[in-house]
Amino acid sequence: MPESIVTISDLQFSRGEREIFSAVNLVIPKGKVTAIMGPSGTGKTTLLRLIGGQLVPDRGDVVVEGKSIPALSNKELYISRKRMGMLFQSGALLTDLNVFENIAFPIREHYDFPETMIRDLVFMKLEIVGLRGAYKLMPSELSGGMARRVALARAIILDPVLMMYDEPFTGLDPITLGTIVSIIKELNQALGMSSVVVSHDVSEVLSIADYVHILSEGVVAASGTPEELRESDSEWVRQFLQGLPDGPVPFHYPASDYHQALKGGSL
Amino acid sequence: MILESVRNIGHKTLSIFQRVGQASIFLLHILGGIKSLLLRPSLIVQQVYSAGVLSLLIILFSGLFVGMVLSLLGYVTLVEFGVEGSLGVLVSLSMIRELGPVLAALLFSGRAGSALTAEIGLMKATEQLASMEMMAVDPVKRIVTPRFIAGVFSLPVLTAIFMAVGIYSSFLVGSIWLGVDEGSFWSQMQANVDFQHDLINGFIKSFVFGVVVMWIAVFEGYHAIPTSAGVSEATTRSVVYSALAILGLDFILTSIMFGL
Repeated sequence: MPESIVTISDLQFSRGEREIFSAVNLVIPKGKVTAIMGPSGTGKTTLLRLIGGQLVPDRGDVVVEGKSIPALSNKELYISRKRMGMLFQSGALLTDLNVFENIAFPIREHYDFPETMIRDLVFMKLEIVGLRGAYKLMPSELSGGMARRVALARAIILDPVLMMYDEPFTGLDPITLGTIVSIIKELNQALGMSSVVVSHDVSEVLSIADYVHILSEGVVAASGTPEELRESDSEWVRQFLQGLPDGPVPFHYPASDYHQALKGGSL
Repeated sequence: MILESVRNIGHKTLSIFQRVGQASIFLLHILGGIKSLLLRPSLIVQQVYSAGVLSLLIILFSGLFVGMVLSLLGYVTLVEFGVEGSLGVLVSLSMIRELGPVLAALLFSGRAGSALTAEIGLMKATEQLASMEMMAVDPVKRIVTPRFIAGVFSLPVLTAIFMAVGIYSSFLVGSIWLGVDEGSFWSQMQANVDFQHDLINGFIKSFVFGVVVMWIAVFEGYHAIPTSAGVSEATTRSVVYSALAILGLDFILTSIMFGL
């Protein structure tokens, strides 16, 4: 396995009474596309937030580029985040700024570059996502797919070494979906960044991922290359990858006997 | 049963203290952003427009009508004792010491404070604040501090406008309509309103109210539950807590400034 950019060891995290992760151990290799998959509610997005230092684990460690994220001071954390990019599921564009200013936002906040340089950098990123012509539009004038592409351009404006995608394929039409899939792959190759894609869209993820971790019930249930997982003899992995309604993960939420309930028994 | 209610009281008291502590740390975080803000005054100017300039209309109209009503009611009482010449003093002292700072602050919390809570709450609900954090931009320094500072300095200016419009509208009703002597209206006002004791104290009140209203508004917005119901509750709490804080603090400040 190549050198790692993120190493998560013995990670435990709870929200209130609910334990999200009991003991997660995983490695994200440098320069590759790594997918984090799993059923809804398994904490995939939470894992990204833990990597980005927006949440602090109860136990265990998250090491990014050799630095333990939970141990960093606020200032050091912000320095580390300049080397990370994150595409949010909603896009999270700043609604009072137009497309151009949204993408220029991180540059204006961190550097004192001349306006011509900012203009060139923004247009270069907009060209990658195919929206150079839309630079004047406000976020309210964009479709869901366009907003996500703008958010992607903003996330890569500082050329991050680690790019995190939170459900990048959800709710997109087939054309936009195809575009996003190929952009993720191309960005990884062209800019040499390491990518983490959180998703449960099996076919899209397996088409671009070099390595996959599947989370379930607070632990990493399976890991491997897409080929390895496709050939896995675990019933659980097969059920998840093939989208079978019933199997080791039951279709029904735990409940009392159906026939008894209809006859007036307890629900 | 009794144990349960004692436990509930204890739990509520603890959560109140926890919230007050959280709000105090948040205020320190906001104030920590002032230094970097000095290098980018344009951020404050934008917010002065949305908090201050856009509140101007409601302040102007409220000042106008409050002054007119005050003049009308004051005249009816004063004329019975033949001292309607003191109408100017009555109106100006009421406006400067009490009605100006309190009413302007209440209107400001309803107009600008609630809008601010909703704006920040929605930014949180739509992950805009989280995305800023991931872009290595502190959302408190970039979003909250400029709004807080702009609001704190806008309110005293709005209060001054409220007072001026109120006093002038009371003059129009008192002198032009009801026939109070113009000379005694203004001269008695000039003789009895003290710059330090009345005007400065009125502005100190206004400044304190500005800090409290903005503090509550940004705190509630930033800590809103990121759902539509959560933002709606936060906005309501922002207005209710601001109104209670303004009225409670007004009593304390008045007793210190103008009491025994």
